[in-house]
Amino acid sequence: MSLTTFSLKRSIWVYHLSAGSCNNCDIEILDCLTPRFDLERFGICLVGSVRHADVILATGIVTKKCLPRVKRVYEQMPEPKLVVAVGGCACSGGIFRTGYNMAGPFDKIIPVNAYVPGCPPKPEAIIDGVVKLIQSLDGKLPKKKVRG
Amino acid sequence: MSDVLWALVSFIVFPGFLFTAVVGLFAGWIDRKITARLQWRVGPPWYQNFIDFFKLMGKETIIPAGARKMTFLSAPLIGLIGVTLVSLILWEMNLYPASSFLGDIIVVLYLSILPSLAIILGGSASRNPLASLGASREMKLILAYELPFIVAVFTPVAIIKDIKIGSIVSYQIKNGMMFTHHLSSIIALVVAFFCIQAKLGFVPFDIPEAEQEIMAGPLIEYSGPPLAIFKLTKAMMLFTLPVFLITVFAGGMRFDSGIQALFSIIKYLVILLLIIIVKNTNARLRIDQALRFFWLRMFPLAVVGFILALFGI
Repeated sequence: MSLTTFSLKRSIWVYHLSAGSCNNCDIEILDCLTPRFDLERFGICLVGSVRHADVILATGIVTKKCLPRVKRVYEQMPEPKLVVAVGGCACSGGIFRTGYNMAGPFDKIIPVNAYVPGCPPKPEAIIDGVVKLIQSLDGKLPKKKVRG
Repeated sequence: MSDVLWALVSFIVFPGFLFTAVVGLFAGWIDRKITARLQWRVGPPWYQNFIDFFKLMGKETIIPAGARKMTFLSAPLIGLIGVTLVSLILWEMNLYPASSFLGDIIVVLYLSILPSLAIILGGSASRNPLASLGASREMKLILAYELPFIVAVFTPVAIIKDIKIGSIVSYQIKNGMMFTHHLSSIIALVVAFFCIQAKLGFVPFDIPEAEQEIMAGPLIEYSGPPLAIFKLTKAMMLFTLPVFLITVFAGGMRFDSGIQALFSIIKYLVILLLIIIVKNTNARLRIDQALRFFWLRMFPLAVVGFILALFGI
């Protein structure tokens, strides 16, 4: 295991991307970062800019209005990048899958590495999803490069 | 030849880059751990900041479209060189006070602005509205804290009437710590402490990097190694600036006997703890409030201290 993978597994900075969710999954994500669950023990912290992030926590169906922004945010992220779809809507569209403004779910638009179903998923479920994602990381990272 | 080699070794390894970086990242962990304990959490393991640094070094570097490439990439290095030189000079003066040169305290003051200037340069070069907002706030913050800081640091100079760090250190070795013997130095220490809080960009003066309003401010477009270097610079500042305070006001970092070495480390830890507690018990000020705090509260206080020092009190 290279130093990059080793340190990535212990220091995951997440960026929270809400693409038309009902806010319930967003609240559960914030719950993960409260003292009760304390994700900073594992080196996980929330960052404000996608340029600093390693993982996108994506919530919500992707609405048609959000579609270009989601693509753009994903492209702005530095390699190696991972995406976790949080909640039923982000995984499959949930009850909105036949809606008129549904452009998702997420895996139709950007590559998704892990799914956390639930409406909303409990913080324990989100932590479980991220841990399984970390365990699946070994030796699968793309090479780093400079992008102008 | 051996002089050059020795200078390189001291720049890169011992009092310079490597030593400061390792201790600084460790001090950064102390900050995160105590913050976590104050917030009733467990907190990260001791190697967390090193891991963060290595992770960022392994990530991709993105230069945003329309950014000035050279300035964008060289700004973090300018800050890193500045803080390394400050640390190098301070430790040389502490370990060998005789090697001090005339006016080195001014050199240290100038070099310690470099990291803030690097943040302004990098933020302005990255072509992002939030980054330029952060850069302009950083500029105003420098204008605010630099004046009281300089007056406060010059108070011991006024007491001993000699403008060398080495003389300040050897005066304190002879006559005891500055701030226990002079009222003016206590005032100056308080002022300089708040200025250092602002220099480090900690709450209540984290206005340029306000994470909740302008994301990461000037650092918003940085990714990968340049971001890692900015984080490293910040960690090194967390080690260097308290050492500067100790050197000027509290007897210097002495390692000539075991008890003195222990005492030096305890002095550093106490200042670090105070910085962390102030950081965790305050809310962020607005930029105009910070300016008013430094110019209307801290600056008159520093001037009073300086005038007292002129009379040798």
